[in-house]
Amino acid sequence: MELLRADNVVKRFDAVTAVDGVSFSVNQGEIFGFLGPNGAGKTTTINLLTGLARLTSGSLYLEGEEYSTRLKRAQAVMGVVPDESNLYEELDGFQNLTFCASLYGIDRRRREQRAKELLEQFGLAQVGKRFFKSYSRGMKRKLTIAAGIIHEPKILFLDEPTTGIDVMSARQIRTLILELNRRGTTIFLTTHYIEEAERLCHRIAFIVAGKIIRIGSLEELMQEYQRDTVLQMAVEETGPELLLSLRQQFPRYSIRRTDERSIRVVSGGSITLLPLLDFLTGRGVAVTEARLIRPTLEEVFVRVTGIESELMMQEREGKKK
Amino acid sequence: MTRWIAFWNILRKDMKTYYLKPPNISWGLIFPFAWMLMFYIRSKTAFDIRELLPGVVSMSILFGTTSMLAVTITFERRSRSFERLLLAPIENNLLMLAKTGGAILFGVLNAFVPIGVAAFLADLSGTNWTAVIASILLIAATSTFLGLFISVAVHEVFEAQTFSNFFRFPMLFLCGLFIPIGRLPFFLRPLSYILPLTYGADILKTAINREGTLPLWMSFPLLLIFAVGLFLYSLRNIKRKWVL
Repeated sequence: MELLRADNVVKRFDAVTAVDGVSFSVNQGEIFGFLGPNGAGKTTTINLLTGLARLTSGSLYLEGEEYSTRLKRAQAVMGVVPDESNLYEELDGFQNLTFCASLYGIDRRRREQRAKELLEQFGLAQVGKRFFKSYSRGMKRKLTIAAGIIHEPKILFLDEPTTGIDVMSARQIRTLILELNRRGTTIFLTTHYIEEAERLCHRIAFIVAGKIIRIGSLEELMQEYQRDTVLQMAVEETGPELLLSLRQQFPRYSIRRTDERSIRVVSGGSITLLPLLDFLTGRGVAVTEARLIRPTLEEVFVRVTGIESELMMQEREGKKK
Repeated sequence: MTRWIAFWNILRKDMKTYYLKPPNISWGLIFPFAWMLMFYIRSKTAFDIRELLPGVVSMSILFGTTSMLAVTITFERRSRSFERLLLAPIENNLLMLAKTGGAILFGVLNAFVPIGVAAFLADLSGTNWTAVIASILLIAATSTFLGLFISVAVHEVFEAQTFSNFFRFPMLFLCGLFIPIGRLPFFLRPLSYILPLTYGADILKTAINREGTLPLWMSFPLLLIFAVGLFLYSLRNIKRKWVL
């Protein structure tokens, strides 16, 4: 069943079109991913959906009802977790949660009970009486998510929930997202981590320059590229010069660096391994491993958008710093 | 009921986290006390205290509310915690009334410090207390809404402070508290009559010393119009500027 729908949504800031005719729907009980690079329009879309920004044109529906003119009623069933923790530094964890609950008209007994439950669920019970300003980034993000669901919303908007936090906290947050969804909360998630979208989302939309360029379930998105051959090679060097010469030598393949020690070669047909190995060893680059892997969402994203996922991540991390 | 739970908790949180903090209490409460003491030491007579009371009360409210509200709202907007309030299912007008309610209460509390001190040092018999209390409430509301107007116009906390002073100091000298409006250069007099504090201070002068120059039936409605006008204008700007 459709819970949320955006119909030809446009947002312009003077001459800049941040969101350009975006249409999609989010079904009840699913995790819907919005994947795209910096400045693609992810946060602006969330702001439009939640009422922090006004539509230039288009329509928004919640449970089949147009809500852009009846925003406050819709906001009562929405939870929003922004890309940066925005709770009150001068309140402790427990006070932050009870205050957020009070904004939704929850009575005192219920909000205190709910705050205790959430602190427990999010592993923050021990620090519930500590000021928010003393929390680590991971703890802050977790408490912000807890504040977003204190009123048990029907839909939770998560804007880059794991960006800029440590690996352990990010993993905990992903587990919490899955747990929330298992309990029935519909989730709208924006991320630039392809792997995160792949692991968490039931359906994904690729957004680039304010436009949705592909949308579907993981299987649907991958289907087109299932016949691709993907070769993952562990090498000693992955410098730009090496990549450039590889691309020049093997123009039939799509070749990219996945990390400091590996290169991925993608082809619509088969890949002949020997010439690649000869070329690399001829340049003095040792290949320690070469294996065929199943195409990932990352391959699909790169093929569809033309944007290197690593570049997207670097951009985002750079922005955070 | 839902809305009022939110309203009350926003007001309570602001009072607790911003206004009733030691630095603000010292600024808001000791400042008017110090002014009173300073004037008392200088004048040495009880009569002068009564003369000065409308001015000190007005100043205490003005200084206690305007920049305080402008700074707290600007601070919350910078830290993005204000977004939480905009995302809550509470109408913007009620939300802003809750945000300004704390500052208004703080302004009223500030006003009663010089009155309390003056009650010990001078004879305040014959004061029209109904008019005093009503004018304190209206001056506090108008000054707070002026702070709201400022907070919508600025982005940084320091701008809020600077911009507040840009309004407050000229207002103090043009509102007739220290220099009677009739003795101001003729080209400045029209300015006095577009300042809300002129009417508030005049009510206080009439209520405490029977020295006001404008009739109460005129000053009260005008002050109310200023308060409502500033609030509505700020609300309009909030919708235009904060929900982009």
